[in-house]
Order: sequence, then structure tokens, then C-alpha cells
Amino acid sequence: MIKTDVVIVGAGPTGLFCAHQLGIIGLKCEIVDNLDKIGGQCIELYPDKPIYDIPAIPECTGEELTNNLIKQLKPFNFSFHLNDRVQELKNENQNWIVKTINGKEFNTPNVVIAGGVGSFEPRKFPTKSAEKFDGTTVLYSIKDKKIFKDKSVAIFGGGDSALDWAIELSNNSKVSLIHRRDEFRGAPASVQKIKELSEKKIINLFTKYSIKDVKGNGSLEEVEIKSEDGESKTLKADYVLGFFGLIMQLGPIAEWGLNLDKKTIPVNTENFETNKKGIFAIGDICTYPGKLKLILSGFHEGALAARGCFKYARPNEKYRFEFTTASNTIKDRLGLK
Amino acid sequence: MAKIKYIEHNGKEHLAEVQNGLTVMEGAVQNDIPGIDADCGGSMSCATCHVYVKEDWYDKLPKKEMGEDDMLDQAHEPKSNSRLSCQIMVSDELDGLTVYMPEKQV
Repeated sequence: MIKTDVVIVGAGPTGLFCAHQLGIIGLKCEIVDNLDKIGGQCIELYPDKPIYDIPAIPECTGEELTNNLIKQLKPFNFSFHLNDRVQELKNENQNWIVKTINGKEFNTPNVVIAGGVGSFEPRKFPTKSAEKFDGTTVLYSIKDKKIFKDKSVAIFGGGDSALDWAIELSNNSKVSLIHRRDEFRGAPASVQKIKELSEKKIINLFTKYSIKDVKGNGSLEEVEIKSEDGESKTLKADYVLGFFGLIMQLGPIAEWGLNLDKKTIPVNTENFETNKKGIFAIGDICTYPGKLKLILSGFHEGALAARGCFKYARPNEKYRFEFTTASNTIKDRLGLK
Repeated sequence: MAKIKYIEHNGKEHLAEVQNGLTVMEGAVQNDIPGIDADCGGSMSCATCHVYVKEDWYDKLPKKEMGEDDMLDQAHEPKSNSRLSCQIMVSDELDGLTVYMPEKQV
């Protein structure tokens, strides 16, 4: 059990700047994110797209913004728990017990939800029949490629993940690659390689097809694919892999007893606390009259939520407002002489 | 200004008057029409404003720009008449446009 002042759910720009503000006022925090890297949507959705409305930064990319926020946070040495997801919140003696899917536990008076539009999850096949094989022979990510040796593998998708795995697995498996159109969005070199492998009959390539059904008695045996005009084909398959990118889902946040307005959490605008004491929501996931889904709004919300956290983390102290330009205490916290 | 018909997956129809310069996605969001999520707010980064365009309208719309098909690969059950509604700009020429919402966006 890790004891801390604040657990931040989400390592996007809003969560990162809130962590910075907590560091400035002398609180500790732990940051949990479902992705394998820091940065949230900025990194996952638009690392290369320029952003023009960060105050005093005329232009920067999502990646540059993230890197600068990480740098700004560095003096505080906070721990990140990536590839993990907060699953459960439980109230115990005025504190929150926070549990993650990887089995980590935190004990904290404050939780700040900076979860954007939810956690990123792989998009799954729309076919109902795929569900019963989910996690065993119908997979959306690969942990151990050895399981595919000498097997028939049907890979769906047209991006880099689908192409890279089709190329890689074709060394030791019978690979079929199925994509809904005849253009691929993967790297040109990979697309070229796929075409070569298809011409050499090493990969079975099916374009303008999508999944129709998966079949098998107990274990997976076949996958049925269909074209736009209704024609269908059946392929032998021991494994079916889907690479359709990531979608954002509110996930377990919806189960925590918070008031919800569609996919957002209503908060007050004084400290961005939710209807639950000690649980705050900031950034795209929170809502209040006049809410703007801008990164700069998330920064403001994070700064105020941090002061809200102070009250519960240091109940016997009075919060003192200080400027970073003038305060020696803050300079110490930043490791400056 | 264009009158646009949005048809939910369950068949429920919504007619909205949408100003020129807005997108078909914004027309739905501003009129509280369910079935279009638009999680990313219109930056062509998600695929949760996916619609099927009524066949006779599909070719009349301005063509897809780079990247839209890549995002559509990630939509729920894309078809040949699929579009991201955040990429369809409304003009007088779109008066009478009909779009169908998919069964779900995510």
C-alpha cells in the first residue's frame, strides 16, 4: 500500500500540470495512466500536430508540450504508474483506497481525475461471436509471439500494427491480412513489403473485406469475412488479431458513484471537487457552466484542485499563497539554490 | 443554411437547420441529436462522429481529405458510404442531406 497525498488519474497535460502545482505547494502525488507513455491524447492522438493556443507558446506539437511538462515536473520526482488503470475507489476512515488492475494500492485523502474522455482501449471486433474467444484466440495486442508458431493467423487492420505483425508473423505462421479497403495507412516501406509477401504467396491478402463471423467448437477454427457487396469467404484460423487503433472509454470511472453528465463529471469551480469529498475532476472530463475543453483551462483547473487537495492532505495547516518568483520554500522544493 | 436529416440507428429521425460553415457533426451536437459522440471535438483524431451518408448524396459531398479514411478504418463498421461528420462542411448545396448514424460510435 502506497501512502500519498494525491493520486492523479491520467498523465495528460492537465494531470501533469496539476502534479506540478501539488509539488509547488509541498504535496506528494502518484500518477496512474492506462497508456504505456506519458502525455495522454497529446501523445496518443496528435504528437505531431501543432497546437497554437498554449499561453506564451505561439506554436508547439503535442509531443513538445508533453516533454516540457515532464521537464517542469522533474524536480519533484513523482512516480508514474503507466500501463495501469485505476479500477476501484473505496472510502475508508476519511481516506480513499485506490486499487489498480495491476494490483497496486494507494491510500490517499485526495484523488484527482484528469482522465480526458476516458482511458484508451483497443477497439474490438463488432461481431458478437468474437467475444467468447476474447483474450485467448481473438486478440487485440500481442504479448508473446511464440504462441503463433506454425499456426494460422488472421490479422485485421490497415495501420502499422497490423502490417508490422503480419510481416513479423509470416516468418513462422500462415498469415492472412484482411483490410476494409485497398489502401493502407502504414509506413510505405511496410506496405511495399506486404505487397511483395502477397505476390510470393507468403501472406494471403484480402482487401475490401471485413470480419463477418468467427467459428469454432470450443477453440477457434475459422473466420468468415465479407466484402461490401455481400460476398463471403471462410478462412482457417487458429488466431484472429484485430488492430483498429484505440478508442476512449470512460470505463471504471462510471462505477465510482460520481454524478455524471453524459461522459463528463460535474464539479464546482472553486476547487473542482466532485459530489464526493476528496475526489476532484479536471480537464476534458469535468464540466461546469462555461466549460471550455482547452488545455489552458485544464491547467487552471489543476492549479485550483491542487489547493483543494491541500485542505484534506494537511488538515492542521493553513495554506499559504506564495509566488514562485519570491518564495524560498518553493525554490527549495524546485531544488534551486 | 441547410436542412439536414439525421437518422438514428433505431430509425428515429431528427431534422435540423444547420448554418453554413458549421460541420454536420456540430449540427448534431448543437441540436442535442444523439448518436454522434465527437470525443475529440472535430480534430479528425477519433472516429466517434462516424455517419453513413445516404447513397445519392455521397458523391455530391466534397471529397475526403487526407487522413479521413485512415480514421474511418478505426470506426465501428465502416462502409463505402462512411464519412466523419466533422469533416463535412455545411453549405446551401447540402440542403436535404440525409445521414445515418451507426449502431454505436465506440
